[in-house]
Amino acid sequence: MSAVGTVGQLLWKDLVVEWRGREILTAMLVFSMLVAVVFNFAFSPSPADAPRLLPGMLWVTLAFASTLGLSRSFVLEHDHGAIEALRLFPFDPSLIYAGKLLANLLYLLAVEILLLPALAAIAGVPLLASAGPLAVILVLGSIGLVAVGTIFSAMSVNTRIREVLLPVLLFPLAAPVLISGVRAMLSVLAGASWGAILPGLRILIAFDVVFLVVGYVIFEFVLEE
Amino acid sequence: MRAIEVEGLTKAFGPIHALRGVTLAVDAGDALVIFGPNGAGKTTLLKTIATLIRPTGGSVRLFGIDPRADVRLRAQIGVVSHQSYLYPGLTGAENLLFAARLYGVSRPAERVARLLETVGLTARAPDLVRTYSRGMAQRLSIARSLVHDPPLLLLDEPYTGLDRQAAGVLTGLLTAMRGTRTIVLTTHSIEQGLALCDRMAILVDGLIAYEAEDGLRDLHAVERIYAECVGVPA
Amino acid sequence: MATLADSEPLDASGGSDWRAGGIWVGGLLAVLGMYMATLYAPTERTMSHAQRIFYVHVPAAWAGFLAFGVVFVCSIGFLWTRRRSYDLAAQASTEVGVVFTTLAIISGAVWGRAAWGTWWTWDPRLTTTFMLWFIYAVSLMVRAYGGPGSQSGRFAAVLGIVGFLDIPLIHLSVVWWRSMHPLPVVVRSEGFGSGLHPAMLQALLVNVAAFTLLYIALSGIRRAQLVAADAVAARREEQRIREGTLAREGTR
Repeated sequence: MSAVGTVGQLLWKDLVVEWRGREILTAMLVFSMLVAVVFNFAFSPSPADAPRLLPGMLWVTLAFASTLGLSRSFVLEHDHGAIEALRLFPFDPSLIYAGKLLANLLYLLAVEILLLPALAAIAGVPLLASAGPLAVILVLGSIGLVAVGTIFSAMSVNTRIREVLLPVLLFPLAAPVLISGVRAMLSVLAGASWGAILPGLRILIAFDVVFLVVGYVIFEFVLEE
Repeated sequence: MRAIEVEGLTKAFGPIHALRGVTLAVDAGDALVIFGPNGAGKTTLLKTIATLIRPTGGSVRLFGIDPRADVRLRAQIGVVSHQSYLYPGLTGAENLLFAARLYGVSRPAERVARLLETVGLTARAPDLVRTYSRGMAQRLSIARSLVHDPPLLLLDEPYTGLDRQAAGVLTGLLTAMRGTRTIVLTTHSIEQGLALCDRMAILVDGLIAYEAEDGLRDLHAVERIYAECVGVPA
Repeated sequence: MATLADSEPLDASGGSDWRAGGIWVGGLLAVLGMYMATLYAPTERTMSHAQRIFYVHVPAAWAGFLAFGVVFVCSIGFLWTRRRSYDLAAQASTEVGVVFTTLAIISGAVWGRAAWGTWWTWDPRLTTTFMLWFIYAVSLMVRAYGGPGSQSGRFAAVLGIVGFLDIPLIHLSVVWWRSMHPLPVVVRSEGFGSGLHPAMLQALLVNVAAFTLLYIALSGIRRAQLVAADAVAARREEQRIREGTLAREGTR
């Protein structure tokens, strides 16, 4: 089977299992909405403040929500030794990384599509005008979160502090994504052009490329014994 | 050509040496049983042969080639572990199809249907594995290990916790494939091991303490040898 | 019955004394460096004597980053060759590196407080150093809780590689973020008005050399400890196996 076909098969498996149970998506969505509401109570942003607070709220929420999805996606493999079975197949273990990464990315994007409009409605921030740049920032940032998150989720599922270790690993290392993502969104909501956020986009793209490559290459060492 | 050639295999996990120089060889079509106390390194040895564990030293060759040299060589290995390797959220048929496709089996649907029949799970194939009893799940795992028709089958204490039906299916399959498939089996039950295999080895503290090729019919003799190797007063 | 004494004695001397020598030389250099920092270097214009913390802060930060660079190289070496010596070297460098980085953060905060009245300024370099500190802290957690020895070593190596490649990206993102609310010129840690006076540069270099030497010696000592602990564990294992074998022979 070709590499693309293999990744497709792996992705299909994750999506089918998730579709039947919908545990990951439900958890991520409910959690995200809860956090968003809590933020709104905590800061009670006025219409003037809201554009300033929204990006930070959004990215913090996404960072936490992503850890939910990332860890669940590997618990699925850990529980019945499925990860060992995956390592026995006649393909490169890096393809496992690719398959998981795509699945986690889809879950995260699904949550974002629902969360962003909801947050904006609650906070009273008009988004449609800047939908293009916002979408680009979200997609680039999500790829980055998932690229490193998938590596660390595979690691932490094997430890006895797995729920704690993943966020502790992810947040410092995903800092460039969070920092640039927030900064870029702030500029966009303040009416900046594409040119103003170009440095941030470059950082996000660099992050994505570096860690997709590193993740792909290094994943077999995470799985190996 | 020998199916399995292990030479001076060592594996250290940090400072602990699980395998300390294991050498053994298995001819194609032979069935080898490995006995040994807990912690002897049986699982480590099996997993190293299966390419799941990277050896610290020594070598493993399957059909003359180092299986770690090319990822595609894994297609010749089938493994039955005490873990089921199944996804509870997929149906029985889907679990087998998933494995079949990833092993590149031609006409996967046909093969899966035939395997399901062999292990007696055709009726439950469209049900989620989550709904299976333990015995059914075990039968499915056994079917899964054979989906790509591997010339080499490795079984790590496969009878542990098996119900009678599943044990019967397993014994039937192993007996049927004797001579055509190379089998390596680890087990705690000396009686069962001897019934299924042509040769035996006893692994103690990461080393082969005893090996024998023929004349394994005398259960008591083997039990005595085992007791000696392991250090339990007979 | 075989006892531990029957086999060759473990070499507990920790290797040649170059590490101890390194501590001595490094210590002396550090004393010289402190003298130069306090009395030899001229007083800085805007920040007065508070600026002298710079002579501790910069070398400590340098040592912290150097240590992480070593962790990076050893991590690659470990994943490539699987030799435990690389793992132990990475671990030693991590542990010593976190100490220097902590010192850098604290001295940076004290400097900020003394010079400008605030404990923290989110200056890009200080922030990146702080993030490095976090990555170190997580590395230590992974080594402690990451599972049995070989697994946690492997995971820590992955983290060492990912973390090292991340640092420049963290720095870039902080710089860009900071450009939104730039710090007043005088508060920035680089360029105190004019460039560095030659005597200041000399004092700085001496301290950098001292800290570098101390890092090398300390991580060398720590590594020797880890190697020795390994040898003891392996010897115990051998002992256990030998006793087991003899016990078995005894029952025949």
